[in-house]
Amino acid sequence: MIKSIQELEEIRKKALEELEFRKQQGEGIRIVVGMATCGIAAGARPVMLKFVEEIQKRNLKNVTVVQTGCIGLCKYEPIVEVYEPNKEKVTYVKMTPEKVSKVVAEHIVNGKPVYEYTIGYEENKEANK
Amino acid sequence: MPLYRAHVLVCGGTGCTSGGSDKIYDAFLKEIENFNLKDEVQVIRTGCFGLCAEGPIVIVYPEGAFYSKVADSDVKEIVEEHLLKGRIVKRLLYKESLEEGQIKSLNEVKFYKKQMRIALRNCGVINPENIEEYIAYDGYKALAKVLTEMTPEQVIDWVKRSGLRGRGGGGFPTGLKWEFAAKAPGDVKYVVCNADEGDPGAYMDRSILEGDPHSVIEAMAIAGYAIGSKQGYVYVRAEYPLAVKRLEIAINQAREYGLLGKNILGTDFEFDIEIRLGAGAFVCGEETALMTSIEGHRGEPRPRPPFPAVKGLWSKPTLLNNVETYANIPVIILKGPEWFASIGTEKSKGTKVFALVGKVNNTGLIEVPMGTTVREIVEDIGGGIPGGKKFKAVQTGGPSGGCIPASLMDTPIDFDSLTALGTMMGSGGMIVMDEDTCMVDIAKFFLEFTVDESCGKCPPCRIGTRRMLEILQKITSGNGTEEDLEKLEELAYSIKDSALCGLGQTAPNPVLSTLRYFRDEYEAHVKEKRCPAGACKALLRIVIDKDLCKGCGICAKNCPANAITGQIKKPFEIDQTKCIKCGVCIEKCPFKAISKKA
Ligand SMILES: Cc1cc2nc3c(=O)[nH]c(=O)nc-3n(C[C@H](O)[C@H](O)[C@H](O)COP(=O)(O)O)c2cc1C
Ligand code: SF4
Ligand code: SF4
Ligand code: SF4
Ligand code: FES
Ligand code: FES
Repeated sequence: MIKSIQELEEIRKKALEELEFRKQQGEGIRIVVGMATCGIAAGARPVMLKFVEEIQKRNLKNVTVVQTGCIGLCKYEPIVEVYEPNKEKVTYVKMTPEKVSKVVAEHIVNGKPVYEYTIGYEENKEANK
Repeated sequence: MPLYRAHVLVCGGTGCTSGGSDKIYDAFLKEIENFNLKDEVQVIRTGCFGLCAEGPIVIVYPEGAFYSKVADSDVKEIVEEHLLKGRIVKRLLYKESLEEGQIKSLNEVKFYKKQMRIALRNCGVINPENIEEYIAYDGYKALAKVLTEMTPEQVIDWVKRSGLRGRGGGGFPTGLKWEFAAKAPGDVKYVVCNADEGDPGAYMDRSILEGDPHSVIEAMAIAGYAIGSKQGYVYVRAEYPLAVKRLEIAINQAREYGLLGKNILGTDFEFDIEIRLGAGAFVCGEETALMTSIEGHRGEPRPRPPFPAVKGLWSKPTLLNNVETYANIPVIILKGPEWFASIGTEKSKGTKVFALVGKVNNTGLIEVPMGTTVREIVEDIGGGIPGGKKFKAVQTGGPSGGCIPASLMDTPIDFDSLTALGTMMGSGGMIVMDEDTCMVDIAKFFLEFTVDESCGKCPPCRIGTRRMLEILQKITSGNGTEEDLEKLEELAYSIKDSALCGLGQTAPNPVLSTLRYFRDEYEAHVKEKRCPAGACKALLRIVIDKDLCKGCGICAKNCPANAITGQIKKPFEIDQTKCIKCGVCIEKCPFKAISKKA
């Protein structure tokens, strides 16, 4: 029983959160997880699920998690790309569920990409070996 | 509530369901279970998305991938490729929705670009069986606003200022109707929703009830508040089982949530709704017949006045509106009358839903601002005429309406411009016709419908329309005379003037309107015994081209009517009086020597 407008409004807000996903893409932040065969083999699924979990836990709006096929850098899988409107995309490599928590906290919430997980950082490391 | 990372929307509208979307829905549930995606992906059945010609339709969010013509055998691939591995199944995407490798947003697709969805705002967007999804998109907010911030007089004033006119056919100003019902003396009043939808080819109201039943429920409650009524009825035809089921679910949910019943939203307003099933007689859509039918009698019209607003159901003041009319109300309350009045034309405000059918590429359910031209609808939204054929006319208003010929394609569509052309807005059936359609035949089709549906109470309608039909039959069978045309017109005008209810009064319209724009076609039928469109079978001639015929005799052997004679190696001939126009000889002739001639 809804007994007041406030209660109606609460239901509205809660239900809307669930439906955020049905917005057309391109509006908020888009987290794209590589989910081709090698990505899945390297553990992309738990990474993706962790993103979804963190987003729900923190009640983040305007963030969608999308999958994509092969990105072409199989040895760096799991790969995650973060697209923010009007910003350059950030590519994270060798992701794990633990790393996801940090990316969500620092990048998605506070807008500061976690450089030590990005592809540039990883490539430098390889070059310096 | 769990958060899903993807939503799969399967169209549960009329068209897609008949195309097998039930099976597709079940297949999704099964495959998602198989791939262990149950906690991540939610499958939802929605109402019609509009593009029924491309159905069954499935949309996957968040990408917004618009899959068309999906079969249940495609489901596994969508689940495995798209939902599990993130690879969109391009071969199933609606052809127009992929641009430079990026999925175009639905609004960018040509079919949707010129549309504006007010009455259909939630159709194909929400799960019609889940009240919370309706609430998420501002559902019942208008009811809340009305109950706490507005007086009944203000509500009526807003509806008046919005300029909304009835979408059930006549186009009577809705606010004025509400005011009459509110001012009528009496403690007991009723709110009725007309969901009879008898027009052949029309399915707008059905789609709204199937895709967004709560919008009608909310609007009826608002109307109840405005006129001082506690009880509503939805009169819906029993042939619409899915609409009835969704409406039942919605009404029960609304009761559970306290949005129907006593003390709605904690106020002292009380309102409830019951469903009444109709047997599907066209005349029961007429308002006085409809109310008689709800009362449990045979649905026969009675003279007006007294109008329902004064003396309606059980002789109490009754407000009766069409489904689509109601569906507009919550938006008007939320966005304001000025907003609504800014859409459309001078005297026809807002949008109109049409069921676009016939000889057009994108058949489906569309909603356009009043004032959109026939050309925009047929060419831009409808995607033109299939098979490179020429556009001939559109028929609007069903059995009460008429045609708009190709030469008037740039007419902006609204109540008054259509009436001026001798047709009607009607409830929104729109049948596109190409050069192969015979206009006499179309008039005959609608008149056959009227003759079947006349309740028989008054002679002009019962006898007159039958006489008209007989004349049309005579003309299309090649036995018409010029006098018949005169008689036809005479009859038409006298029926219009003397029939008791709208059914009889408008029954001659299809004939009058085709006579007005396509008189030459009638004349070709009576004077030359020729059907220019080549549609009237009796007037067709099957002829053998002497120069092409090699005299093999195959046609004669195959003719079931023994109409073909000749001598081997000489051209054969068809006896037109014996030929039954079955076309068998055309198929059998190895030299393509036989053809139809108009
Ligand atoms: C023969 C006949 C059939 C009708 N059928 C319908 C119908 O199926 N649905 C409908 O809403 N109105 C139908 N109408 C119009 C209704 O009588 C009535 O005008 C309308 O429902 C009023 O609602 P509105 O003001 O919202 O348009 C029909 C009228 C006639 C004369
Ligand atoms: S006009 Fe036709 S349908 Fe209407 S009351 Fe007369 S007979 Fe019946
Ligand atoms: S089948 Fe064709 S070619 Fe042969 S006799 Fe008939 S019309 Fe002539
Ligand atoms: S159309 Fe049929 S009936 Fe007529 S001539 Fe050909 S085969 Fe015989
Ligand atoms: S499959 Fe992941 S980069 Fe190739
Ligand atoms: S019924 Fe599915 S799009 Fe119309």
